Amino acid sequence: MNAYEWTQTLIFFLVLLALVRPLGSYLARVFAGEPTLLTPLLVPCERLVYRLCGVEADREMDWRRYSFGILWFNLIGGAVLLAILLLQGVLPLNPQKLPGFSWHLALSTAISFMTNTNWQAYSGESAASYFSQVVGFAVHNFLSAASGIVVAIAAIRGFVRRRSSELGNCWVDLTRSTLYLLLPLSLVFALFLVSQGVIQNFRGYRTVPLLQKTSYDKPKLDAQGNALKDATGNPVTEKAPLSEVTIPMGPVASQEAIKELGTNGGGFFNANSAHPFENPTPLTNQVEVFLILWIGAGLTYCFGEMAGNTRQGWAILTVMLALLVLAVAVNYWAESAGDPLVFHQGVTQANLEGKETRFGIAGSALFTAASTGTSCGAVNAMHDSMTPLGGMVPLSLILLSEVVVGGVGTGLYTMLAFVVIAVFVAGLMIGRTPEFLGKKIEVREMWMSIVTVLTSGVLVLIFTALALVVPSAVASMANPGAHGLSEVLYAFASMSNNNGSAFAGLNANTVFYNVCGALAMLLGRFAPIVATLAMAGSLAGKKYVPASLGTLPTDKLPFMLWLTLVILIVGALTFFPALSLGPIVEHLVMVGR
Amino acid sequence: MSKHAPKPVSLFDARLLKAALVESFRKLDPRDLWRNPVMFCVELASVVTLVTFVASLSGHTPEPAWFTGQVSAWLWLTVIFATFAESLAEGRGKARAASLRKSRTEVTAKLVARAEFGAPYRVVPAQELKKGDLILVEAHEQIAGDGEVVAGAALVNESAVTGESAPVVRESGGDRSAVTGGTEVIANAIVVRITANPGETFLDRMISLIEGAKRRKTPNEVALEVLLIALTLVFLLVCLNLRPLTVYSVAAAGKGSPVSLTVLVALFVCLAPTTIAALLPAIGIAGMDRLFQKNVIALSGRAIEAAGDVNVLLLDKTGTITLGNREAVEFVPVGGHSEREVAEAALLASLADETPEGRSVVVLAKKCCSLKADAPPADARVIAFSADTRLSGLDTAGCRYRKGAADSIVAFVKGVGVGAAAVPAQLHDVVDRIARAGATPLVVCRDAEIFGVINLKDIVKGGIQERFQQLRSMGIKTVMITGDNPLTAAAIAAEAQVDDFLAQAKPEDKLRLIKENQEAGFMVAMTGDGTNDAPALAQADVAVAMNTGTQPAREAANIIDLDSNPTKLLDIVEVGKQILMTRGNLTTFSISNDVAKYFAIVPAMMISVYPQLGVLNVMRLATPLSAILSAVIFNALVIPFLVPLALRGTRFRPMPAERLLINNLFIFGLGGVLAPFVGIKAIDMVLGLF
Repeated sequence: MNAYEWTQTLIFFLVLLALVRPLGSYLARVFAGEPTLLTPLLVPCERLVYRLCGVEADREMDWRRYSFGILWFNLIGGAVLLAILLLQGVLPLNPQKLPGFSWHLALSTAISFMTNTNWQAYSGESAASYFSQVVGFAVHNFLSAASGIVVAIAAIRGFVRRRSSELGNCWVDLTRSTLYLLLPLSLVFALFLVSQGVIQNFRGYRTVPLLQKTSYDKPKLDAQGNALKDATGNPVTEKAPLSEVTIPMGPVASQEAIKELGTNGGGFFNANSAHPFENPTPLTNQVEVFLILWIGAGLTYCFGEMAGNTRQGWAILTVMLALLVLAVAVNYWAESAGDPLVFHQGVTQANLEGKETRFGIAGSALFTAASTGTSCGAVNAMHDSMTPLGGMVPLSLILLSEVVVGGVGTGLYTMLAFVVIAVFVAGLMIGRTPEFLGKKIEVREMWMSIVTVLTSGVLVLIFTALALVVPSAVASMANPGAHGLSEVLYAFASMSNNNGSAFAGLNANTVFYNVCGALAMLLGRFAPIVATLAMAGSLAGKKYVPASLGTLPTDKLPFMLWLTLVILIVGALTFFPALSLGPIVEHLVMVGR
Repeated sequence: MSKHAPKPVSLFDARLLKAALVESFRKLDPRDLWRNPVMFCVELASVVTLVTFVASLSGHTPEPAWFTGQVSAWLWLTVIFATFAESLAEGRGKARAASLRKSRTEVTAKLVARAEFGAPYRVVPAQELKKGDLILVEAHEQIAGDGEVVAGAALVNESAVTGESAPVVRESGGDRSAVTGGTEVIANAIVVRITANPGETFLDRMISLIEGAKRRKTPNEVALEVLLIALTLVFLLVCLNLRPLTVYSVAAAGKGSPVSLTVLVALFVCLAPTTIAALLPAIGIAGMDRLFQKNVIALSGRAIEAAGDVNVLLLDKTGTITLGNREAVEFVPVGGHSEREVAEAALLASLADETPEGRSVVVLAKKCCSLKADAPPADARVIAFSADTRLSGLDTAGCRYRKGAADSIVAFVKGVGVGAAAVPAQLHDVVDRIARAGATPLVVCRDAEIFGVINLKDIVKGGIQERFQQLRSMGIKTVMITGDNPLTAAAIAAEAQVDDFLAQAKPEDKLRLIKENQEAGFMVAMTGDGTNDAPALAQADVAVAMNTGTQPAREAANIIDLDSNPTKLLDIVEVGKQILMTRGNLTTFSISNDVAKYFAIVPAMMISVYPQLGVLNVMRLATPLSAILSAVIFNALVIPFLVPLALRGTRFRPMPAERLLINNLFIFGLGGVLAPFVGIKAIDMVLGLF
């Protein structure tokens, strides 16, 4: 890395670390119902929401009612979005007269936005009207993010409360996380993005003349519309002149801020954060990465503060950031080493294919790792174009169940499930019934944390196997060989873990991918949520065991190392064979072994 | 009490090994094996490979028959090693249970109507005795069932239960009234009220416990099994997923062959946490067995594991922290007598006294005043201690030497009637001072003349401070319970270095103390023997009753110490921790092993498709088939290799939790990653010789 890249990266992490505590502290106050800076302004709105919805704010819920609340809230939201997408053609704010989605694409997309996945088997600018974008997608960006956050808060309460069956009121938590956290921050950062050049309008697409006219090779078609081929089998082309270009417009900024902040990742445009209207400058790039990580990181501090042990929060964040730095470093190394085949042709060695030069390798590596370590899935570079090992980095981060720092809320509760498993084995190793934060880890906690951690892995294994067997699914693969396998693996990893980013090169808008993907996204989202809440319910009912010399300290380096190893080992053991037939063999072929 | 523990049988005694071998085949029955789901899966895998072996004989598989046959054989061995480990762990207990059964021959009982000697009795078989029946047991008869002595006192030989050959006294009333069925009265006769129905007696429970028939999985064990089952399922999916992956890769690369069923099954068994799953039942059984070798019977595995979690230990002062007997430390003269005179009188009064206190007076007299006397004078008439007079001594050369409690001696000297019965003025003060310091004052007199006072002090057991220090370093707080006044208790507590004490403790105080600690989230262990301890024992998480204790105490407890040695709790804690540690360590080891197995098997199964993956063959294993076979063989052989560790338990040294974790991670985590690289390579080299 050059001096500029070092400075940029260092400043980024310093700013992030400096702002973890203020946000975490603020979150702890918000969810405890304590007064904050925004309270005078927002309490009337909050009361109004409760009155309109008939919420009894003082009534707390046990884990079952809390889960039902979250599930119904999401399912109803998903159904509304499904209706919007199907009826898009007759709904307003559609200057391009875009038609409704097909049933399976609408299903996949609705579930995708409902589950914070934002897997997009369509191009935003050519398929979604402004109404769908604003009323459908943007709204769900808020709701799905809030759902993740409140589950994490309920999980924390499970660890912290003693001999209680209640985890809080899910309606109150949902309202507060939206009103106090997501809305104000999105507003501020949307304005900032506009200042940097992100657009915000409802105009129709604009066709403008090109400054530099050009032409391209257009394949010649016969009468039936098939490509003509010459004697050697190459397509016959003709020069087509190009003098104007259509530029899509839309309310981008309002969606861009929450897309990052809520780790949703669904781009307004197909090019996502590589598009200059979504991510115009190196500064917006750094800010967007920061937004992706901020709430997830802040929640670790919030956890520490609510648990009365901020060191514990920092310990978890340290493990997350260590993995993040490792991922960034590997990706940067692989991308700057590039492809030796290309190098021998006299081209610059670093692999810049699919990257924006305004971000460079460092800016892309950071964005890629942040976006796939969380459940964001926004991209500012094409993951498919990375070197095999470089591309394995985002794939691996997703396969590790996204705990670096993870989606808003999901990252923390998935990490806590890993902590429970790590504590269990470590506790046995020191000869005590395992305990974490004074709560004994028993059979129920083991089941629930295992479901939380392993659901996505199981889904990936099942669906990739299906995708390689079902003929219609195999037909979707554009790239043959090991790279095609990586693409399938990436697609189901991304959907099962609710990431939403994609290795391109796969036609995912088919009945198989849309339906199986929808199933993977649904199970990958809600099985861990219900398991986490069930675990929280069981933990909340337990008594507190005070720490003694015989208690394993979970906020110190040895345990942090152990936790890191557990995360890596679980991931490696599950996916080593698949990875070795995908990116690893691809790399070996590339370096000419 | 002299100790004759049962002759220790080696874990790996030839007879036990042979019996275990037979038993291990019986345990292959799937109806038994499904209780261990991981090994059940391995058995299914073995069956599958047996089928592929048969198929390969007629050339229906991609691999040659020698390969599928070997894989199948080693998979079967993996299962057998597991059942063998369990059988071996049960072996020692089973042998002892069999000998107990033998001792419980057909016994008859003399049923009486009233608790009186000489009442008419009716002879009935032991099986017909019900709770509440009264039976008469005379010398050289076996006690027909568990009960409580309601009349008389007798010497009882309890070696059948405790392995202790020295007979013990059992008498009605007090804390020594419990008798156990199957033990034998040696002298005198007693009337016993039966307290257990047939089949529920202590001996019955002991036999079933030792045999493991009633052994239920502990919560920790179930939680670990959940983890192992989940991992097994994931690995099953990984292997199922590999078939389409390789089918696709073969089509894409245009060469090679997809992975075969035999290899997939082999990979599955290698990845599944078979090492820990195979040894899991053995670890728990062996732990109970180890305690049993120390003459401790745990009524449930749960109690032992709870002992590993104990935060607070309540210990009775007498017999645990202090020697059960007090010791003379000082002669205090009164009424113008010299220390030497007191010592001489005390010596004579104690020469015939065989109690430990009496002997300590003799020792002190010899030491402090260089007196010499080994046996009572020839003309001596020994006055033994009796409950009526509460004093003892001897008469010699016309003088009567006595020692006893102050009021008894004062009464004695007044009753002698020789000369003026003068009670020295300062006697009261001296007695009072000694009593207040927590010691026992014994007044010494010759006829009507009071010479002085012996200071009998509680002696803290040697080395007890170190044991408490060990407990502290494990994070266990010790609380001493005593009936003494707070001043005395504080003095002894300070000397023994316990963390806290409860003085003038009444049964309800003990109960309250336990409840308070449990409320605060602590796990409480306590030892007790008296009936008044029963409520507290029932409340404690780990309750150790002395075998000499009363029936209610033994019923309230979940662990019984046949030696009645209260410091056994430390051993129980240690075994509890060892069981958990062994499980944790072997789990870590088992899962760490998978790294090397992947590096052995993955390149081997894919090299025909992508020769480039040969790079991953870091061990440079000779051929793909030998690589897979080596991994399978290693996976099987590691089980018997670790059996001694599973049966003996990880060595436990008290140290802070964090250091313990680092040590064990280093040994079993890092060791678990590295060991199979070495092992698999070595096996591959050996296979290369054929």
